[in-house]
Formats: sequence, C-alpha cells, structure tokens
Amino acid sequence: MKDQSKVVLETKNVDKFFYNPTETQVLRNVSFQINRGEFVSVVGKSGCGKSTLLYILSTMDTDYKGELFMDGERISGKSSNYLSQLRNEKIGFVFQFHYLLNEFSVLENVMIPGLKLGKYSRDQLEHQAMEKLRIFDMQDHARKKANQLSGGQKQRVAIARALINDPLLIMGDEPTGNLDKKNSDIVYNKFRELAKDFGQTMLIVTHDAEFAAGTDRTIEMEDGRVVNFK
Amino acid sequence: MKWSLIFEIARALMFARMKQTLIAATGVMFSITMFVALLGFMNGLNAMLDGLVLNRTPHIRFYNEIRPNPNQPIDQGSTFENSLNIIRSIKPSTSRLAIHNSEAIIRTLEEDSRVLGVSPKISAQVFFNVGTIDLTGIVSGIDVDKEAELFAFTDYVTSGNFADLNQTNSIILGKGAADRMLADIGDVIQITTAQGNRVQLKVAGYYQSGLGDFDNVNSFASIATVQKMLGEPPAYITDIQVKLKDLSLAPPLAKEFGNVFGIDADDIQTVNAQFETGTNIRTLISYAVGITLLVVSGFGIYNILNMMIFEKLDTIAILKAIGFSSQDVNRIFITIALTIGIIGGVFGLIFGFLACLVIDQIPFETAALPTIKTFPVDYNLKYYLIGGIFSLITTYFAGFFPARKASSVDPVEIIRGK
Repeated sequence: MKDQSKVVLETKNVDKFFYNPTETQVLRNVSFQINRGEFVSVVGKSGCGKSTLLYILSTMDTDYKGELFMDGERISGKSSNYLSQLRNEKIGFVFQFHYLLNEFSVLENVMIPGLKLGKYSRDQLEHQAMEKLRIFDMQDHARKKANQLSGGQKQRVAIARALINDPLLIMGDEPTGNLDKKNSDIVYNKFRELAKDFGQTMLIVTHDAEFAAGTDRTIEMEDGRVVNFK
Repeated sequence: MKWSLIFEIARALMFARMKQTLIAATGVMFSITMFVALLGFMNGLNAMLDGLVLNRTPHIRFYNEIRPNPNQPIDQGSTFENSLNIIRSIKPSTSRLAIHNSEAIIRTLEEDSRVLGVSPKISAQVFFNVGTIDLTGIVSGIDVDKEAELFAFTDYVTSGNFADLNQTNSIILGKGAADRMLADIGDVIQITTAQGNRVQLKVAGYYQSGLGDFDNVNSFASIATVQKMLGEPPAYITDIQVKLKDLSLAPPLAKEFGNVFGIDADDIQTVNAQFETGTNIRTLISYAVGITLLVVSGFGIYNILNMMIFEKLDTIAILKAIGFSSQDVNRIFITIALTIGIIGGVFGLIFGFLACLVIDQIPFETAALPTIKTFPVDYNLKYYLIGGIFSLITTYFAGFFPARKASSVDPVEIIRGK
C-alpha cells in the first residue's frame, strides 16, 4: 500500500441538474468520503439519483457542480483525455448489463484495459488476466468468445476485467440487478471476497437490501440527497 | 497511446462485420480498377494520337524564312525620318534558304546541355515524272540515323529497310505517292528538281505516317542525295531540327537561339497548340470520371461505417468506460476506414493493371495507323500513384465524419439507457 491519505474518493457539495425536458435537480449538495479498503454500497429508491451519482464519481459525467477528489487530487474540470487515463488506471467498472466486448475472447476482454494502460507486456498481462479469471473460476472459459457465456459468467468476467489494472476503486452499477438468485449470490460472494481477502475499495450501487446489508457502510439516498451515511 | 491495440480493436470490429467490410473494400477496389484502366487506356490513346504528329515534330526548328527585308533603304537615311513612308510593291530580298554557317550552329546546339539531339534537314520541292505526268512532291534530305533516333522515323517505314537510305540515290516514298506512281520497292523513279536537274532514284521503302495528305506529298532521301540532286555543296542545309530534353522549354529556347544565331526559330507549342489542348481535355475528362468513381465508393464506406457505429454503440461506450479517450475511438474508426481504403486500393491497382493488360491485347487495326496492332495502353506509374493516393484520401474523408460521431458518443447515455 502506498503511503497516502486514507481517503480514496471525496465529493464536496455536488449538485446535478437535468435540463431535458425541464430543469430538474437530481443531486443536491452531495458530500461524503470513502476510505481505502472500504466496501460501500449506495442504496435508494429508483430515481433517487444513485446511478447519476455513480457516473459523476466515475468521471464519465463531467456536467455537475461541486468538487470531486480522487486519491487526494482534485479532478473536477480536468480534460477528458486526462480523465480517460485516470479511469483506465484507477477505476474498475462493473455494470448492470455485463458489457463485455463480443468481438473479443474472454481473455482478451480482461486484458484490454491492461493493454490500454501499457504498463506490462502482452505476455505478462495474459498471465495476470488468467490469474484474475482464476479468482472467479472462469479460467476454463478464457478462449471462448464473450457472447458464448451465460449472464452470470459474463458478469464474473466483467469483474475480473475491472481488476486487471489493480484499480484504486471498483464501482458497480447494480452488478447483481440483472442476475438470478444463484448467480447473484456467486457475484455477491466474490465482492465480499475481494473486500476481505484483497482489501479492495469498492463502491456499489444497488437496491438489493441483502447485498447492502453485507457491506461495510451504506450510503442511503432519497430525492438526490444523502439521508443516511453510516 | 499504443497503436497496436488500436489496430487490434479495429481488426476485431472489421472481422465482426466481415461482409460489410468486404463490400466496402470491393467498392474501393472497383473504382480504383476503373480509374487505372481508364487513365491507362485514355493516355495510351492520347500518346498515340499525339505521337502521330508530335513524335515527328522537332521541338525547335531553325530555318530561313523568305520575306521582305524589314530594313528598307528609305528608313536608313535621316531625310524622311519623321515622315510616314509608304512603299508599294516590295519584293522579298534574294536571301538564301540555306542556313548560313550551319555546321557551327549544329555544333553549338549539340554542346548545349538542354538539347537532346540535333538533326539537319533539307527540304526540296520536286516533280515526280511518271510517264507524261508530273506529280509535285517534297523530298526531305535527312540524316537517317539521327532521324531514327530522335523522331521515330523507323516506326513509320512500313516496308523496305530504312538503312538502305544511307546509300546515295535511294529514296523512301510516301505511301500515297508510291501508290500513285505504282512504284514498287527496287524500282527506279525519275525526279525533276525545281532548278531543272533530273535525277534517278531507287525506291528503298514506303513511308506511312497515318496522315494521308502528308504521305501523298512527302518522301525521304539522305542529305547527300538531296544535296547532289540540288547541285549544292555539302554544307547546304535548310532546316535544323532540335529535340530538347524538356519539351516545355521550347518557346524560351527557340527565342534565345533564334536571337543568337540570327535565324528564324519555331517552337513546337506555337506550331501544334491544338494537340496539347485536345490532350489536356481528354486527360481532364478521364480524371473527372475516375475521381467521381472514387467519391461514390467513398460514400459507400461512409454508409457502412455509420451503420457499424450504430451497431457498435455498446462497444464504443464500454471502451470509453474502461479508459479509451475520444481520440482513441476516433483513431479506431479512422483505422477501419483506411484499412478498407488500403486493401481496396491495393487490389484495385492490381486488377487495374490486369485490366490494362487485357485492353492491351484487344486487336485494333486501322490502315491509318500502321504501327498499331492492339489498343494502346499507357502503363505510367503516375496513374497508379494517383489512384493509390486518392483511394486513401477518399476513404479518410469517408471515415472522418463517422469517426467523429463515434468519438463523441456519451458512454453514460448508452450504459444508462439500456
């Protein structure tokens, strides 16, 4: 672990408006901190703004007011190229709908963010990707095309991909939302494992109360505000 | 940014849409094929048609023109200096047709680095005596070897051996003149010069340029033969023909040499302006058609890329989410467009070359063009280069707008919108 401040992600007074069709404020004055190694979930009813918040935190949505700090660095207002690089290096994503690249094999899917980062050679990355797949019991499917996998399998590969660059933070937008109970449990257990065994910082948006109950902290949102932060 | 990864992703996207990619590449291939074949054929024809006249035309011709002396005696004195002098019935002065000091002029020209070669010539007006009838004609005395080297003389000697012309008292007759005189090769014909000398010459061959009027009148003999015919000394030369290394220099050089030597000089551009105009317009039309074909194939690529981007919105969104910048996405789609352009272009050039080979085999025989047996094709590398470069330019622009559209895809919208 690098000797840095414990705070991985911090928001200060983030406001967000949608202008279409009329001006509506979806986030009001959102401020919180996430520390290194925490497993945090964001819960709230549909439309409370939790996904919107996640996309702002992910740096993909830059149209907001307020400030965002990552790893002690202020990243509001940075250029989109810089943010792309930041996403590549420090953030891993898991979406509700798997979102693997169907044109590539499972192994390649896991490797692509690493290839993009360019820190390791192709051979090293292949090795690392296999290890990540092994965590999720997917090593036997490495050579398959992404679209030959089942939904649960795809999601496990997606989590492996999120891990390839050893990110500072993993973000998930309802990663179990589209899965049946069995697969959902597998994915949930994998997240727990990551938190416990690897000390991985994670921020997961969910409306699954059971999932949220198993996390270190829960941020509860209502009408664009953080109402409960325990 | 690592290009290898961009190439890899571009390749994967193309393989996922193999059929469309192939269709786009085929479109480019077809247009490049047509472009190369069209230009090769057009310019082959151009070169042949121009060659009919231009090959045989010297770039600069030096000669003495018969004309009134511009310095009339009345202008020399000061008496009528401020008057308007009108003199009627001026006649050309008795200047000589022969070029004065021709040997020195030829030597100077041959030493000039801009000059490819020099060939002296004598033009003599003659009558061919056929029984009781006299046919008018012109016998040109030429330096046979130089004429062959510089003005493709051998191409137009359709029967007989042009080297026989080196022997004195032999003549190569224009095909039209020979037909009228019923003169076979080996026959002896009689000629009367304008001065009244009678000469007998042996027919060594026929000359056929493809221009009927020219062949009816013009015949060729060696310089020595014509000098002997005219009773002139060996220095007697009426024309000096110059071929330059660079055709476009002809007008200024004609002026320059004309002033230095004090004789008349005509350049090829002035004499044959209409040929150049025709050539230019034909070339322009073939380029216009070729480039239109390319632009049409460019629209094909544009369509296919647009469709591909629409289908691959998810892929673009995920690439951006995992850290690819807008620029990277842009490069991926430009790479796809250029790959289609390069593959289509290379095959297009190959097939264009094959098409040219096929056209080159199609028989094309006309009496007017004795040296042409098949359609003429120009294999100039220039057309292949232009075709290749244009295929890249059109595909780049065809890819430019779709790529920009792809790079501006907002990943949040795609990911949330599902």
